Amino acid sequence: MNVVVCVKQIPDPADPGALDPDTKTLKRDTKLILDESDSYGVEMALQLVDAAGGGEVTLVSMAPNNEVGGIRTALAMGAAKAILVSDDALQGSDALGTAKVLAAAIGRAEGTDLVITGTESTDGYTGTVPQQVAELLGLPSITFANHIEIGDGKAAVHRQTEHGYDECEVPLPAVVSVTAGVVEPRYPSFKGIMAAKSKPVDELGIADLGIDAAQVGWAGAGQEIVEIEPEPEREAGEIVEDEGDAHERIVAFLDELKVL
Amino acid sequence: MDFAPDEDSEAIREGVRRVCGRFDDAYWRRHDADHEFPWDFYDAMAEGGWIGIAIPDEYGGGGRGITEASLVLEEVAASGAAMNGCSAIHLSMFGMNPVVKHGSAEMRRRYLPAVARGELHVAFGVTEPDAGTDTTNIATRAVRDGDQYLVRGRKVWTSKASLCQKVLLLVRTTPLEECSRRTDGMTLLLADLQRPEVEITPIAKAGRNAVVSCEVVYDDLPVSLDDRVGEEGRGFFYLLDGLNPERILVAAEALGVGRVALARAVEYATEREVFGRPIGKNQGIAFPLAEAHARLNAAELVVREASWRYDRGLECAEQANAAKFLAADAAYLAADRAMQTLGGYGFACEYDVERYWKEARLMRIAPISEEMVLNYLAEHVLGLPRSY
Repeated sequence: MNVVVCVKQIPDPADPGALDPDTKTLKRDTKLILDESDSYGVEMALQLVDAAGGGEVTLVSMAPNNEVGGIRTALAMGAAKAILVSDDALQGSDALGTAKVLAAAIGRAEGTDLVITGTESTDGYTGTVPQQVAELLGLPSITFANHIEIGDGKAAVHRQTEHGYDECEVPLPAVVSVTAGVVEPRYPSFKGIMAAKSKPVDELGIADLGIDAAQVGWAGAGQEIVEIEPEPEREAGEIVEDEGDAHERIVAFLDELKVL
Repeated sequence: MDFAPDEDSEAIREGVRRVCGRFDDAYWRRHDADHEFPWDFYDAMAEGGWIGIAIPDEYGGGGRGITEASLVLEEVAASGAAMNGCSAIHLSMFGMNPVVKHGSAEMRRRYLPAVARGELHVAFGVTEPDAGTDTTNIATRAVRDGDQYLVRGRKVWTSKASLCQKVLLLVRTTPLEECSRRTDGMTLLLADLQRPEVEITPIAKAGRNAVVSCEVVYDDLPVSLDDRVGEEGRGFFYLLDGLNPERILVAAEALGVGRVALARAVEYATEREVFGRPIGKNQGIAFPLAEAHARLNAAELVVREASWRYDRGLECAEQANAAKFLAADAAYLAADRAMQTLGGYGFACEYDVERYWKEARLMRIAPISEEMVLNYLAEHVLGLPRSY
């Protein structure tokens, strides 16, 4: 059972970066860390490989400046190796450009039974990359998985819905995006952290993947960020002073919102 | 001199921070208030291999030294766990050093992997009511009885005694008056602790209450000869292999306590506004915090030197003692100024600073008082005449 997990390395949300007014994109010149929403996919992959009794987890990531900070964290959790795509020509890539790169990189991993991704990244939130990757690879795809079981060349997946979950089945190989919070990601152990230092990270440029620079980056982006503006300040709330009738006024207010 | 950040050190600090991040201030406040051992935290640290970091590889540990152990403990303390977190794990991190260095092959095989996994808890039984720093004056006796010893005596300040399966116990096997040197005639035993011949009584204390400290009475406790560490009569010298690491690690813990206290004070001084401005603008508030920062950093350098020397097998008593003295002093300054900065809120449990303050104060006393450190430096480093 070989699983590829797409992981994104993002600026630390605890120390949020700034938007570049020229490119209207997030500045990524700080130290990058593993997107927490991807740690669930890594954990799920490790559990599936463990349950299968063999195989390995390969990470695929696209990041500027050959950044490996976040990859090392996932390797320390137990992934076996990583493929990192880093290329100046990738700057300004939109979701589809990113998906092209990830799909090509996934193609470099051999004997892949399953590709796991997060539902959406914590810095970009487009939420479209997993399906684009599946389409480019010509693989079936299931989104919002909160449980995966492997057997007989198929994956049985619980797909989260508003009221419960759908039971789905998909032939392997497939692309499955998992929701956050469905498993408890393990913390890298001391030995895991030390072992991660010597795990292989295959660093590739787009030429290695046979990708034309015109298809990715600013050049290939089919989407343009037209404008960015600061989040509007929250309006001051209404303070209800209790003069004996506060509960009635609150109920009336909630009633007005039609939430009761 | 190379002060460049070391990749492994940073990885260790980050790994520990990640685990500790799961245990927030409320967790430690509650365990302190309820006098409850932090098992979830302990298990998480054991599972990550952090507790066994300084135990040799061949026994399932991380194979690193006191330097790495000191980084782990500093980060635990600085996470806000402070001494409740450190005391829960630190005995397992260095306490077995005498066994590593002097225990039989069978003893090492039998006990070290279980300590590294976090399953075996071993207490440290040295201090007695009438023999604190004056260790050679201990009265706990072990008398040979066939293929075992019978141990009789009373120890105090045995941390975690009620939770530990074993205790590394210093006993007299030859009475002091029959010994040519005071440091002779003592033996180190790895004794069972949860036995009917042992009575364990928790000591009510001012703080660090998640981890119990006990008075322990041994009433003819049988200890097999197999559970003797090394040779009979050499126990005091074996114990020294535990004391310097203990001082270095406690110094690192003090650094962490000082750092978290300082961080809370800075946060409060930045946010708290009085007379329309943050109180951190007042130099009466800011300067003492800046001084505490500088003193913590200075102490850290001595801690690093001490652990570096220990891990290379160099003489380190001067540095280990100085590190403990300076780090505890800097931690107390930081915690005391934090309390002053927070004013009345510093005294309220809700802001946690009162815990750091009490614990930083403890580090000026334990595991060796400031005065005994200075005695050591005066006599053994400066060559002044002995004062006691």
